[in-house]
Amino acid sequence: MSVTKESAGEIADGRIVRVNPLRRFLVRPETGAVAGSIAVWIFFAIVAGNSGFLSSRGVSNYLSVSAELTILAVPVALLMIGGEFDLSIGSTIGSCGIIIAIFSTQYGWNIWAAIVLAFLFAILVGILNGYLVMRTRLPSFIVTLGTSYILLGATTGITPLVTELTVVNGLDHTDGYASAKALFDTAFGGGQQFPIEILWALALVAVATWLLLRTSFGNWIFGVGGDAQAARNVGVPVMRVKILLFIGTAMCACLLATIQAVHTTNADVLRGQGQEFYAIVASVVGGVLLTGGYGSAIGAMFGALAFGIVEEGIVFAGVDANWYKAVIGVILLLAVLLNSYVRRLAMEVRR
Amino acid sequence: MSTTDTQTVPMIEVQDASKYFGSVVALKDISMSVHAGEVMCLLGDNGAGKSTLIKILSGVHQPSQGRYLVEGKEVHFSSPRDALNAGIATVYQDLAMIPLMGISRNFFLGSEPRKGWGPFKYYDATFADRVTREELAKMGIQIRDTGQPVGTLSGGERQSVAIARAVYFGAKVLILDEPTAALGVKEAGIVLRYIAQARAQNLAVIFITHNPHHAYPIGDRFTLLNRGHSYGTFAKSEISREELTSMMAGGEELEELSHELAEFARADEKAGAKLAEAAREFEAEVEQMHGSQETNPA
Repeated sequence: MSVTKESAGEIADGRIVRVNPLRRFLVRPETGAVAGSIAVWIFFAIVAGNSGFLSSRGVSNYLSVSAELTILAVPVALLMIGGEFDLSIGSTIGSCGIIIAIFSTQYGWNIWAAIVLAFLFAILVGILNGYLVMRTRLPSFIVTLGTSYILLGATTGITPLVTELTVVNGLDHTDGYASAKALFDTAFGGGQQFPIEILWALALVAVATWLLLRTSFGNWIFGVGGDAQAARNVGVPVMRVKILLFIGTAMCACLLATIQAVHTTNADVLRGQGQEFYAIVASVVGGVLLTGGYGSAIGAMFGALAFGIVEEGIVFAGVDANWYKAVIGVILLLAVLLNSYVRRLAMEVRR
Repeated sequence: MSTTDTQTVPMIEVQDASKYFGSVVALKDISMSVHAGEVMCLLGDNGAGKSTLIKILSGVHQPSQGRYLVEGKEVHFSSPRDALNAGIATVYQDLAMIPLMGISRNFFLGSEPRKGWGPFKYYDATFADRVTREELAKMGIQIRDTGQPVGTLSGGERQSVAIARAVYFGAKVLILDEPTAALGVKEAGIVLRYIAQARAQNLAVIFITHNPHHAYPIGDRFTLLNRGHSYGTFAKSEISREELTSMMAGGEELEELSHELAEFARADEKAGAKLAEAAREFEAEVEQMHGSQETNPA
């Protein structure tokens, strides 16, 4: 079988054409999102450059928005690579924020104890989501939509019983608030402009990337998303992998809830609503395949970055902020088109 | 070529195995065995009970009656994992590989090599790439990029990677479910060569197919199934390719069909010209099928 198929490639194994490095770069999952981020940045740098988009305050603004979305989008990307969706993270943000606020302000708990409780609650939500999806074999899209409404309804139902309001204030008067603020709501950089959530987001991207590319677990994520039955045949614990991924999305939702609660010193039952779709969009823009088995955490981060740049760029450009969603819709459609093209390239790149 | 030795204990053996699904008899009193270093072909048309037998061998189903022995000891597998742990690896036609994953990641999926200590154990990509390259080279496949998605490989290469993987992870018995069914002539030839290589490495191979032309060159023994019953097992010396072909339902029916077409042609003079031609072509094809033994080296 040492038949040389192409006349140009007189290499020993003769059957494979040398891969064009540019093409190879193009088929990476995050390429589209990086290009998209650069494109929208250049656009707003030209349109809104004079009105503060390029100032360090402007940079800090869009990085802050992007960082918060990254914290959600990275675990969502991992879950989507594993072949599932989680629509309950928005409601999980609301529930976890309320848990922290109620237990620390109404029952006098140390805020750290309330935060730990919120994380335990999030883990429970993740296990419940994962278990329901695996047991019922229903699409996770529907199952987590159900748990999302359950969480939202229960949170809005229970909160007024305790506080008579759907907003809980006064976290800054709780025990341990100073140390919580130091970890979740400080700033760094020249002139203390950059919120610490940027560091949280970067750390999360680093951990997720390491997990995805450098551990067995990462291999299993690609496996269960690519073809769960084939993965099961070679001994991958499919159920465990997927439940852990659901726990991941819920815990990151809780992390964001904690950051926001400490920052605003209050909690709102409706906080986080709609974020689940933004996280999915950021992942898809970042090159994650909707059908699973392909994508990257770095891509999700750049997807979130493009989001943040558009959201803040529109404000700086002086356009009515309501146009933001229209622009996001256009970007999403372009990204999906680009990604499906890139995927085709990836599958034929070495043919 | 045959290393069959009736004195040694077979690697796996089923004795009078039957399988019923409710009132449906899927298999009735099937006996077969395979020794190390032997290719045993399991032939039968669609619905003959091939897949039920594989599922019993690979631990998916339990036989309703009869015994299943591995290296002379009776076993009761409750899951495919049990069979895998006993060294019985099954390569399924479609469910072998994950198309979007790279070759070496597919190769080690579920049994990743790891390096480091404690919670910082990481996937040893260098080792995985090297072993994948070496194992595939043993099978005669040269790959440049072990990160290349498996989806870019041809069907035959994909089957071969799955076979190489089973061999590397210590399979003693290799069950191949229709590995050549969806492949072109050349591709099927490649897979047959890897089967020969697996046999040379002293594995017991069960090769399931409905194509006697793929089975005959590679097989040492042949078990024929038809409608859940066994026609018996034949050593290569006991059966010719013609007999093998005609024992499969396909051969007989093709001959009948050609006669029928000829009858039609005689009966209907008008449409006769065209039909007679079709019948002649069919007859020639059947002839060719029977006569292709000489041209196809075993």
